[in-house]
Amino acid sequence: MNMKFKLTVSCSFLLGPLFLSVLFAASQAHAAPKIEQWQTSNGVKTLFVAAPELAMLDVAITFDAGSGRDADLNGLSQLTHRLLNTGSGALDADAIAEQFEDVGAQYGSSVNLDRSSIALRSLTDAALLKPALKIFIDVITKPSFPEKDFLRLKNQALIAIKDSEQRPADMASRAFYKAIYGSHPYANPALGFKETIELISLDDVKNFHQQYLVAANALITIVGGIDVGQAKKIAEQVAVNLVQGAKPETLAQPQSSKEVADIHIPYPSQQAHVYLGQLGIQRGHPDYFTLYVGNQILGGGGFTSRLVKEVRVKRGLSYSVYSYYFPLQQPGPFTLGLQTRNDQSHQAAEVSLETIKKFVSEGPTAEELTSAKNNITGGFPLRIDSNRDILGYLSLIGYYDLPLDYLETFTDKISAVTEDEIRTAFSKHLQPKNLVKIIVGGPESGANQNRQEGGEQ
Amino acid sequence: MKLIKFLPLLFVVASCTSLSDKPTAAPEMGDEANKQAVITKSASGTHEKTFKNGMNVIVKEDHRAPVVISQVWYRVGSAQEHSGITGVSHVLEHMMFKGTEKYPSGTFSSTVAEIGARDNAFTGRDYTAYYQLMGKEHLETSFELESDRMLNLILSPKDFTSELEVVKEERRLRTDDNPNALVYEQLYATAFINSPYHHPIIGWMDDLNNLKIEDLADWYQRWYTPNNATLVVVGDVNPENVFAMAEQYFGRLESRPVKTSKPRLEHPQTGERRVAVKAIAKLPYIMLGYKTPSLATAEEDWEPYALSVLGAVLDGGRSARLSKRLVREKELVSAAGAGYNIFSRYPTLFLFDATPTEKHSIEEAEQALYEEIKDIQENLVSEKELRRVKAQVIASEVYQQDSIQRQATVIGSLETVGLGWQLMDEYNQRINSITAEQVRDVARKYLVEEGLTVAVLQPLENKAQSNTEK
Repeated sequence: MNMKFKLTVSCSFLLGPLFLSVLFAASQAHAAPKIEQWQTSNGVKTLFVAAPELAMLDVAITFDAGSGRDADLNGLSQLTHRLLNTGSGALDADAIAEQFEDVGAQYGSSVNLDRSSIALRSLTDAALLKPALKIFIDVITKPSFPEKDFLRLKNQALIAIKDSEQRPADMASRAFYKAIYGSHPYANPALGFKETIELISLDDVKNFHQQYLVAANALITIVGGIDVGQAKKIAEQVAVNLVQGAKPETLAQPQSSKEVADIHIPYPSQQAHVYLGQLGIQRGHPDYFTLYVGNQILGGGGFTSRLVKEVRVKRGLSYSVYSYYFPLQQPGPFTLGLQTRNDQSHQAAEVSLETIKKFVSEGPTAEELTSAKNNITGGFPLRIDSNRDILGYLSLIGYYDLPLDYLETFTDKISAVTEDEIRTAFSKHLQPKNLVKIIVGGPESGANQNRQEGGEQ
Repeated sequence: MKLIKFLPLLFVVASCTSLSDKPTAAPEMGDEANKQAVITKSASGTHEKTFKNGMNVIVKEDHRAPVVISQVWYRVGSAQEHSGITGVSHVLEHMMFKGTEKYPSGTFSSTVAEIGARDNAFTGRDYTAYYQLMGKEHLETSFELESDRMLNLILSPKDFTSELEVVKEERRLRTDDNPNALVYEQLYATAFINSPYHHPIIGWMDDLNNLKIEDLADWYQRWYTPNNATLVVVGDVNPENVFAMAEQYFGRLESRPVKTSKPRLEHPQTGERRVAVKAIAKLPYIMLGYKTPSLATAEEDWEPYALSVLGAVLDGGRSARLSKRLVREKELVSAAGAGYNIFSRYPTLFLFDATPTEKHSIEEAEQALYEEIKDIQENLVSEKELRRVKAQVIASEVYQQDSIQRQATVIGSLETVGLGWQLMDEYNQRINSITAEQVRDVARKYLVEEGLTVAVLQPLENKAQSNTEK
């Protein structure tokens, strides 16, 4: 909500969701970092990359405890995670914040549909690292969940929900996930809903912590200026403090809905936010690399995708237009997004749909495929050029049980993709007539017509 | 929701305007032409050279990964604009991707895509910058493209027409449909009357509607010349090689004299100003801005550092005062912030913002902010707080090394606002020398009603038939 830190610059191009850079990997044999993997004495998988150049350390604990685990209490996972650093033993929220910040350490937690992650960044100087690690472990393993903070953060969650209700982009995203996932847990935002937040009790939070933030459900990832011996000690120290617990069952598989939603939500904004999409693939799917390369051509990063050319460059309809696959534990969505002046929303949606149709039926040209491969393989070193990026990959690889040579082999897999494979994979996974369409913005009108007719007004 | 904030305002990527008397502000060609190319070097592994045509090049080695970032910074931004053409710097930035004779329409982007580079550009109040982040073997491609478009841009009417629509969509996205952003825009427009900080970087919509391609052509002609640019390269490179290659591409470009802008120093404020913003929204929001000098304009050069420390005492993390007292203890606000951009070139604003919780009003939130200010003015901040702020600054300096983009951006912005990249090396030490008395003194001097502007969002209910005409 504090917007002043990001408002001061205007960029030429707004990329799709920023997390994409972490979700997709590419590789060249020469540059992949060496990943060490082991299990702690109580069986917690740990992935480590030594980065001796800087005297700093990143540690993250990932749990299979994303908002997909909220059950009926949407918002529970996020609320639980945000409460961790408000109390532990005799320490209250103030004392915890001071203990981290006195030594220049940074603490944070995040929750997505599948996973939660709790992270620490610290200098490696033992006098600073040791206290930072101690408080980090204490908040994760022995939170006291003070009632006062519980009530305060519940209120904050309600305010955050209101905030999202004044942002057409968030409204559209919520409607989009709901339309694709129906009654599946992925349908619901990590923030939750007013009604569900109000239902959550302190016991629900404690139970969620006891059930999900446990050794059997944890992954530890470490990147930084320490050696493997030190990393093992740290992982051990974290792991043995976790309750053993049990691994939860995998989430149910989402079913494609029989009805294809075409929803317009009127909103008095200047711009309409348009989403098109459908159920995509899960992490580890054999078609992943093929779809990734294909989508790069259709609507992936940069200024050169077909969608950017058709929607932005040729017609000036949108500042940002993109598409992506978001593979999760279960099939994640394929999403196309753009924003445009209200009176152009149907035109922009139709141009996008036509672009998809053409791509699915014809596939890429040989030239496009070569360029996309060059782009992905040439850009590989950028994906792992910082400790933060590498940490993101460790969490991805560890959580989704991807092979340890995932980074090393990625560019080979990209290079092996053919035009035919892309055509086949897209006709299999993307049906233009089955795309959900969400438009938020503009007055109430005959907005839902004209769906199949295409054409550009 | 806010996650970790690490003294975010220490190196904010945005700035202000060039004062004509600062040494590195848009030099006249006459001066630069006589200058010998020189190389200077610092302890932090940063190297600098100025070519005969006046273009400045700064190279920092970072060998952690086989990658490099190349940024070209121009000393022009929205603060150089006059009324009627606001937003022209930013629209020109968009048009810079459209093509030259050598790289016609679309080929700039496809060339960049082919090498797997990430490229983009950004416009601030005092600069426009372009960058490519890429595998180190591709640096030459970046130089080839950037040196070409520095002087050879073709502005086609057709491209202009559609790109202007893209920029208007950007304005709708970032500002018009974002109630808090409207408050921010109004705060600046109210706080600054004759300073060019008055208008938004992206421009007023009416100016965008009336912008002409000739305005862009003039702007390009006036500002895009090597003696008005700084090249920053950070990554896995050998500085000597980079200088040699840069000389080949940029060093031979012909420069033109740059007409310096007028100072347009803000007329003194004589009392509180207040503005209300009505917009469809669900949450009230308030911003306060106090007129303060920046490092480039301060008469007492310790004052901006003291203001930075003050910002960190108030909002440098969860243990800082606003979080601790207003968010957790009193539960008056769901979020509150404070901070200050020390590296702007013109006098700037020390900002506060807050969103009250359900049970409290915007007035209570505002009063609570004043109480915090009063506390700082009357009582010395504790040694413990000062130590914590300094520990965070030291750690941030290390953390910042994790991103070459961040490093290059700090160098480029320091250089472009006329402070010089060497400041990087002394920043910590200057922050460390700030005392509790100095923090109190700047609060007494600058956080005063005479320099205050308040902007408040008054949420309007969303009735389906209403619209947001402003």
